[in-house]
Amino acid sequence: MLGPAAVVAAALLVSVGVLAGAGADPLAALAALGGGAFGDRFALVDTLVKSCPLALTGLAVAIAFRSGVWNIGAEGQLLAGALAATAAAHAAAERPLALAAALASAVAAGALWAGLAAALKLRRQVNEVIATIMLNFIAARLVGFAVHGPLMETAGHYPQSDVLPAAAHLPTLGGGLHGGIALALGAVPLVWLVLHRTALGFRWRAAGDNYYATHLAGLAPARATMSAMLVSGGLAGLAGGIEVTGVTHRLFEQFSGGQGYTAIAVALLARLHPGWVAVSALFFGALTAGAGAMQRSAGVSAVFASIVQATVILALLAAEAPRFAHRRGRRRDDLAPRAGTAA
Amino acid sequence: MTEWLVVLTASALALGTPLLFAALGELVSERAGVLNIGVEGLMLTGAFAGFLACWATGSPLVGMVAAAGAAMMLGALLALWVVGLDADQVVAGAALNILAVGVTGVAYRAVFGVTGAALTVPTFAPIALDGDAWWLAPLRQPAPVWVALALVPLVWLVLARTRLGLELRAVGEAPEAAASLGIRVAAVRVGALLAAALLAGIGGGYLSLAYSNTFVEGMSAGRGFIALAIVVFGRWRPLGILAGALLFGAASAAQFHLQAAGITIPYHLLLMLPYVLTLTVLAIATGTTAAPAALGRRRSECGPP
Repeated sequence: MLGPAAVVAAALLVSVGVLAGAGADPLAALAALGGGAFGDRFALVDTLVKSCPLALTGLAVAIAFRSGVWNIGAEGQLLAGALAATAAAHAAAERPLALAAALASAVAAGALWAGLAAALKLRRQVNEVIATIMLNFIAARLVGFAVHGPLMETAGHYPQSDVLPAAAHLPTLGGGLHGGIALALGAVPLVWLVLHRTALGFRWRAAGDNYYATHLAGLAPARATMSAMLVSGGLAGLAGGIEVTGVTHRLFEQFSGGQGYTAIAVALLARLHPGWVAVSALFFGALTAGAGAMQRSAGVSAVFASIVQATVILALLAAEAPRFAHRRGRRRDDLAPRAGTAA
Repeated sequence: MTEWLVVLTASALALGTPLLFAALGELVSERAGVLNIGVEGLMLTGAFAGFLACWATGSPLVGMVAAAGAAMMLGALLALWVVGLDADQVVAGAALNILAVGVTGVAYRAVFGVTGAALTVPTFAPIALDGDAWWLAPLRQPAPVWVALALVPLVWLVLARTRLGLELRAVGEAPEAAASLGIRVAAVRVGALLAAALLAGIGGGYLSLAYSNTFVEGMSAGRGFIALAIVVFGRWRPLGILAGALLFGAASAAQFHLQAAGITIPYHLLLMLPYVLTLTVLAIATGTTAAPAALGRRRSECGPP
């Protein structure tokens, strides 16, 4: 069995091969990638800032997957969170609790977005993979509508919101870091605690490991599905709230560079373990920061990061195929809320 | 009114065709028990490969062949994972989608640089029909539209009336029983996935070679996922899938027509329509008795209870 480090190494090797195949100079590209991620103090700060939303969305995906729900919707939940945070911050203006209101709205909006998919799954047997992805598209269009309409800047030049009132800005930690990073770091042990040391977390894991046995044991797996999705969506929404109050300070189209999708790779590389999500988020944060630098200096599209993500997931699946099969064997059953296509 | 209907039908056909190709392919793979979440990535790959080959050769037909070929290569990769390695179908499919975004994006930038956006290629021309009868107008469609429509009875025929189709359905309903009768489950599933990739690739090629004349990063825009929903809506039957594809084609077309008709719904809310419709339709088309029994299950999850 390959360790995660070997998986990452193999994935990087394949990705660089693709790069060479596309006619780029792989060594120059890699140098630019490494420099952009770790080259100097600014690069390191960029890596940490990029890792922050990935840690939160990675935790979100890990919770859902551990509970047996395919939440592919962290992207939409993050956007819903960013949208709600922007609206709440502007509504609160310079009042003292503007930041708290913005972040709380972000969590609520993310939870609502995920809860919608969970309700469709539980009530109407709609496959959550399709539902969460559709909600991703709907959230992106909602953000587009908001920044072209009700939340558009007062100057009216660009499709973006006004800068958030200062009271709604996350405090900075100096050196370009923001308070959201502390929140994300705090969330890691908290999620571990809930997942492994509470009854709620036990129900989640039980529903994920064997839905049918959980049902027979009277542990109400449907409620576990719903609560897992609400918490998962809340975390992803918080990521969006932190991005808008801590980094961009305003909302615009293309607000998320696909962090919600990267989150899947983050969670899987961490083998759905909260502690490792922090490490995995750091890796993918470095990759995101580095890919941006690479695009600027080596002329290789930053979506190169997607190739690395995909190969990491595929390499993990290949390395873990037998074990995965053993651990999650016969996870689905007739009493599971059968989704539209797969259960 | 008639004129309006004619225009709507024409654009429903034009916009429904890529969905029809992809959903028919997905039908074949799902009837064999494989949930192919990677349709979106396969379509995107087809759109890019088709565009690239057409740009290089000037022939949309060559482009279409390349679209199918490239998607099948990616489909073979997916088959290796979900059939060969018995990997989880949702995770492997999601990885395929991410991979397609990366590969098409990097390759596009590598070949065309940053300024490629204005590049256009020759496309499939609408077939020529003489006469000016009003009902001729919606029939003036490029050849791939007619191929897609012809595929509906063809897929039905193969699935419902041939030995191959019977074996394929057996693999999707009861793989263990099928295997015990000497049907090679893995081979059937690989074949079904390759067929699905072929059709998804052509659906993607249609986007860059018939519906538009260029490639834009991420141009599949969720159509692969809508195709997944259409298979559910169509209750895993070719005719139902045709109805679903036309419905979604009409919904996408309605975006433009409502706008042209001066109805003041904000543009970005109109863009939401197909996705909202997908959720609504899935919520209504509830019940899963029509789904193949072994759909989405891995080999390690099958077996006697």
